[in-house]
Amino acid sequence: MSDTSSAPRSFQEIILRLQTYWALKGCAILQPYDMEVGAGTFHPATTLRALGSNPWAAAYVQPSRRPTDGRYGENPNRLQHYYQYQVLIKPSPPDLQALYLGSLEAIGIDMDLHDIRFVEDDWESPTLGAWGLGWEVWCDGMEVSQFTYFQQVGGHDCIPVSGELTYGLERLAMYVLGIDHVMDMPFNDPQSPSPLTYGDIFNQTEEEYARWNFDVANTEVLLRHFEEAEAECATILAQEHDDPKTGKRIVMAHPAYDQCIKASHIFNLLDARGVISVTERQAYIGRVRALAKQCADAFVQTTAGGHPA
Amino acid sequence: MPDLLIELFSEEIPARMQTRAGEDLKKRITDGLVEGGLTYAGAAAFTTPRRLTLTVQGLLGESPTVREERKGPKVGAPDKAIEGFLRGAGLTRDQLEERDTPKGTVYFASIEKPGRPAADIIAEVLETTIRNFPWPKSMRWGGGALRWVRPLHSILCILTDEAGAEVVPMEIDGIKTGDSTEGHRFMAPGRFSVTSFEDYEAQLKRAHVVLSPTERADHVWADAQNMAFAAGLEVVDDKGLLGEVAGLVEWPVVLMGEIGAEFLDLPPEVLQTSMKEHQKFFSVKDPKTGRIERFITVANRETADNGATILAGNQKVLSARLADAKFFWENDLRVAKSDMSAWTDALKNVTFHNKLGTQAERIDRIAALARELASVTGADADQAEKAARLAKADLSSEMVYEFPELQGLMGRYYIEAAGEDAAVAAVAQEHYSPLGPSDDVPTAPLSVTVALADKLDTLTGFWAIDEKPTGSKDPFALRRAALGVIRLMLEANLRCQLHDYQSNQLKRCNESIGSASAKIAKEAAKVFKEKTGGGVSMGFAGSITVSSLVDGRQVDSRSIDLLSFIHDRLKVFLRDEGIRHDIIDACIAMEGNDDLTLLVKRARALNEVLATEDGENLVQGFKRANNILTQAEEKDGVEYSYGADPKFAETDGEKALFAALDAGQAKIAPALEAEDFPAAMAAMAELRAPVDAFFEDVQVNTDNDVLRRNRLNLLSQIRAICSSVADLTRIEG
Repeated sequence: MSDTSSAPRSFQEIILRLQTYWALKGCAILQPYDMEVGAGTFHPATTLRALGSNPWAAAYVQPSRRPTDGRYGENPNRLQHYYQYQVLIKPSPPDLQALYLGSLEAIGIDMDLHDIRFVEDDWESPTLGAWGLGWEVWCDGMEVSQFTYFQQVGGHDCIPVSGELTYGLERLAMYVLGIDHVMDMPFNDPQSPSPLTYGDIFNQTEEEYARWNFDVANTEVLLRHFEEAEAECATILAQEHDDPKTGKRIVMAHPAYDQCIKASHIFNLLDARGVISVTERQAYIGRVRALAKQCADAFVQTTAGGHPA
Repeated sequence: MPDLLIELFSEEIPARMQTRAGEDLKKRITDGLVEGGLTYAGAAAFTTPRRLTLTVQGLLGESPTVREERKGPKVGAPDKAIEGFLRGAGLTRDQLEERDTPKGTVYFASIEKPGRPAADIIAEVLETTIRNFPWPKSMRWGGGALRWVRPLHSILCILTDEAGAEVVPMEIDGIKTGDSTEGHRFMAPGRFSVTSFEDYEAQLKRAHVVLSPTERADHVWADAQNMAFAAGLEVVDDKGLLGEVAGLVEWPVVLMGEIGAEFLDLPPEVLQTSMKEHQKFFSVKDPKTGRIERFITVANRETADNGATILAGNQKVLSARLADAKFFWENDLRVAKSDMSAWTDALKNVTFHNKLGTQAERIDRIAALARELASVTGADADQAEKAARLAKADLSSEMVYEFPELQGLMGRYYIEAAGEDAAVAAVAQEHYSPLGPSDDVPTAPLSVTVALADKLDTLTGFWAIDEKPTGSKDPFALRRAALGVIRLMLEANLRCQLHDYQSNQLKRCNESIGSASAKIAKEAAKVFKEKTGGGVSMGFAGSITVSSLVDGRQVDSRSIDLLSFIHDRLKVFLRDEGIRHDIIDACIAMEGNDDLTLLVKRARALNEVLATEDGENLVQGFKRANNILTQAEEKDGVEYSYGADPKFAETDGEKALFAALDAGQAKIAPALEAEDFPAAMAAMAELRAPVDAFFEDVQVNTDNDVLRRNRLNLLSQIRAICSSVADLTRIEG
């Protein structure tokens, strides 16, 4: 399957090759986070683990949702649910660019025939209170990845700095496989007894979610959920660090951060429903950022976040 | 004398920062060297996406020894004073010299600062330069604390002379200087050592790196032109893009590709913008039709298939992009052709400024002002209003949402597609002009009208909410708007009293401010109610308008303040014509200074006459007359403004002045009436000889009271005549 000397034949083969490549480079291959997120960065393995001084190296696929990008499966390049491949290494190794280029070779991009470029693109996530400097990586004029050196997350300086790589899997795979419409892309090996395309698996769900996202989602319920997530986050973080039951010091950064993720996704859904005005938008983003900031504050109080055990 | 070579090798530096970084490196290093006593013959900086390079030729091998002599306290001065002097000089008492001076015997200290080897100075300057480099944005990486634009990987720093090259030893956060660098990332990976700048440049070229950005740009441009020419086509010039592309590649390879036939009917600007913004492609057009038919992309490498794979990939990406653009264009055309009010209505939900309300309100104000200004510009008032209402409709279109830089231009296409008059459509594109001092000014009366209304609304709006530019801060580009008003007025030779229009617009802005603050109050009240469960009423004081009397009119004081801001911009504008600010001040002091065209006519005429000998001397004569008169009036407590009587004229000079003033008055008054300033000024300048002769001939302040009074009244006539032309007291010198 991971014979990198030949061209990959399917979407899943590209994913498997990336998994193998980064595993060989020493990353822990994690699984997707079990919540709805807008991008792989939201996974606590990136957002929280980029904080504090403990070394970290992880790679994972993250299903990501952007309700406003839904096109009922009709647009060749746009989906409301898609996959990102995410790598986070702390501290960023000096040869991260070379490691990244090696991953492109692993998925069948021949460096001798293609034009790979690092084009300035500074990354900023207003909802996470995070920013970094880096590039979008171009392959023959197409953006295939985002490459970022994290400088701040949740308002905290990243010391040491993490290097983050994000691959837009569908776009990258379509390019490698020479496919024009995402729904036509072979998901598994087209030679297998039951070949499946991306469309066989996702065309229907794209339609279903597009309809729900745009027209049906109950905005009153969503608004209430947003407020509840916000309140729950505050309640969690307001607890004493020392657990009265076990007597242990337990700072609940992750449960609190789950509420932040929830609020962020609900905001995206409300946005897709068109019920957030331009001025309100900024206010909502600010509220999510405040949660992210508090969670980051809490995480650095934990052992994983570098607090002395 | 040795040559110095420095290369700072990093991960990819943003293209837009490279040129400046090269200049900063050169300036900071060479300034530091000179400060350290190392002079040099020449220096040059180069940049590629991965390196900043500096070569300094003919550097001193070491800094010269400096000897300094300091005078100290007198011999026998208190010990404390002598010890202090010794501490400052870093010497002991036996090293001091005693010398006799007119003030007694004094200690002298000779301090010698020995020269230092160049390498030591370079190492210090280089470290300081790296640590304090003025990147617009910099970052940390890995576990380090050093900041650079992107991770810094190696530093090459060598001094080369006849004996060979030597590394200048230095270490910064774990990076040691060396004599090696890397070639092209893909075509020639690996490190190599260099011995001099020439060797460095030559080896880099062998390793597929063109060091000089100018050479890369020239190469791109030449190849692009040749390729287009061979196909009977022409590359669309774009210097900005050329510079950017040269900063994205170390080994430029130019490739020309096709644009899908289904996209060729998109407006050329859309094709060009989409290709440039997203893909950094040059547009290639058919010189006969002007149609954009192909694109040129610049790859960073050669390939075995001569770029076929790269080109195919780029073409594919472009097709996806253009499919989006085509989708926007077709959707927008559908809206434009059915009913553009969908777009103008949407602007009711777009905030222009939270204190000044929505874009829709702003458009209402501009439309009202455009109606009023139509009589000034000679445009049709109904058309002006209509054009103003449509001019910004494209802000709601999908294409402008995607490509904001196409605002106005898309409006023109859409308004034409909607079947409106071409002159009305042109307003959408032209009313934003002029955008800068060199931008073209529209000439069509309709476009001039709306362009003027647009800028005056911006100015009065921000004056109404008291958000004026301060110092270097001008976030709303109000200086540019004021310059726009000036250029529009002058180039179309428009005549109007700005205060009338500004005052009306300020009133309209007040209304918008009122409704905007009411909305904020309503929202605040809502929140308050939610939080307290109670009701609340909030009153807003209406804005208070203060006015002053100007030329017999009551004028809003904000309009007066705004006009003086415009006058300041006018001074800057006329300075380029060589008209001094005091000359403009002399004209601003006259009545009707809110008529910019009149004001400038006067200033230009005055400038011309002051350039003549007569004019210059007349100003002196005028000032002399004015001084004598002012002093006498102060002393006597009366105003000498009665007509002087020629029968008391004693000398020929005095009599001649009487005659000259009468003759001058007879010419000047009608010339001013006709606004023929050159004629009025020329007639004024003719007074120079008689005024000079008068002062030579007579003494004004004689003992004879009757004669004195008569002469003062005569001076008063000089003052009155000259002052009817301009306020010459403002002229400097």
